Amino acid sequence: MEDSVPDKRINIKGLVCPYTFVKAKLAVESMEVGQVLEVLLDYEEASRSIPKSMEDHGQTVLKIDKINDTDWVLRIRKEKD
Amino acid sequence: MEFTDDQMLRYSRHIILPEVGGKGQARIAGAKVCIIGAGGLGCPVGYYLTAAGVGTIALIDNDTVELSNLQRQIAHSVHTIGMPKVESASLTFKALNPEVNIIGIQERLTKDNILDLIRDYDIVVDGSDNFPTRYLVNDACFMAKKPLVSGAILRFEGQVTTIVSGDGPCYRCLFEEPPPPGLVPSCQEAGVLGVLPGVIGGLQATEVLKLILGKGDVLKGELLIYNALKTTFRKVRVPKNPHCPLCGEAPTITELIDYNEGYCSL
Repeated sequence: MEDSVPDKRINIKGLVCPYTFVKAKLAVESMEVGQVLEVLLDYEEASRSIPKSMEDHGQTVLKIDKINDTDWVLRIRKEKD
Repeated sequence: MEFTDDQMLRYSRHIILPEVGGKGQARIAGAKVCIIGAGGLGCPVGYYLTAAGVGTIALIDNDTVELSNLQRQIAHSVHTIGMPKVESASLTFKALNPEVNIIGIQERLTKDNILDLIRDYDIVVDGSDNFPTRYLVNDACFMAKKPLVSGAILRFEGQVTTIVSGDGPCYRCLFEEPPPPGLVPSCQEAGVLGVLPGVIGGLQATEVLKLILGKGDVLKGELLIYNALKTTFRKVRVPKNPHCPLCGEAPTITELIDYNEGYCSL
């Protein structure tokens, strides 16, 4: 699952909280239950806060990867509307 | 609904809420709310609903702004004294959120125009300051099947209730007929703490947003009474009256009534 192709990708590099989460949340809302969102970001705090908020909202965080010095990739599976 | 970057920023604190989200914000943007009165209650209700991004807001009021209004009617200012209240409030609300379609209607509500005026709206808010209008709005909302968020204030006390036509009690289940003229003093005679309409109007705006979102519990079948001096909130259960002259089993009120005689005008 984690290595499969995500259903949607968003690039939120350059954005800071809370807009990082707002963008990610709007993306999840536009998807179907069971689909996977991939988020590329460069704001460190959001690499922690987005996964936490997504779990609070009932979604599943599949992975949190730091892919280089500045960027993170998250994968989130939508569990509920 | 696709949000522009500005909308995403403006409504971010709503979108983050699980109970609202992008979908709820889109519902708010699609909602049409009619506010009766652009005074103590209408000002904060309209102000907050404008901030929240309600798509269309109608304001109905026949008065002009006076200096004595400014102690509590926060949408008006010294710059708008003498201006129709609906125009003054529209300017204020437009400055807060130019996206909202504000429709100012400078008319006195009567049994002949009210049904036409509320027809296009999803929810009606009563912020009127007199009994003839309060009963006219209640009866019209029942007949037109519009949810009504009713508020009232006097001295240090305010009340809020939400009336859902055909589901629960109406205002006449609570108080069957208006009191005789002169029995209940008006704000003009008895005074009102300036911030009280802010509290009650804020509660009314909250009820409106919950009705739009379909979330939480509204004050249906309940009257919330706030006492500002004691800082107490009391919730009183209001049962539906089977003998209610309007919404009861054998209604005697089947058309709208103007109770104008003996009451001072709005």
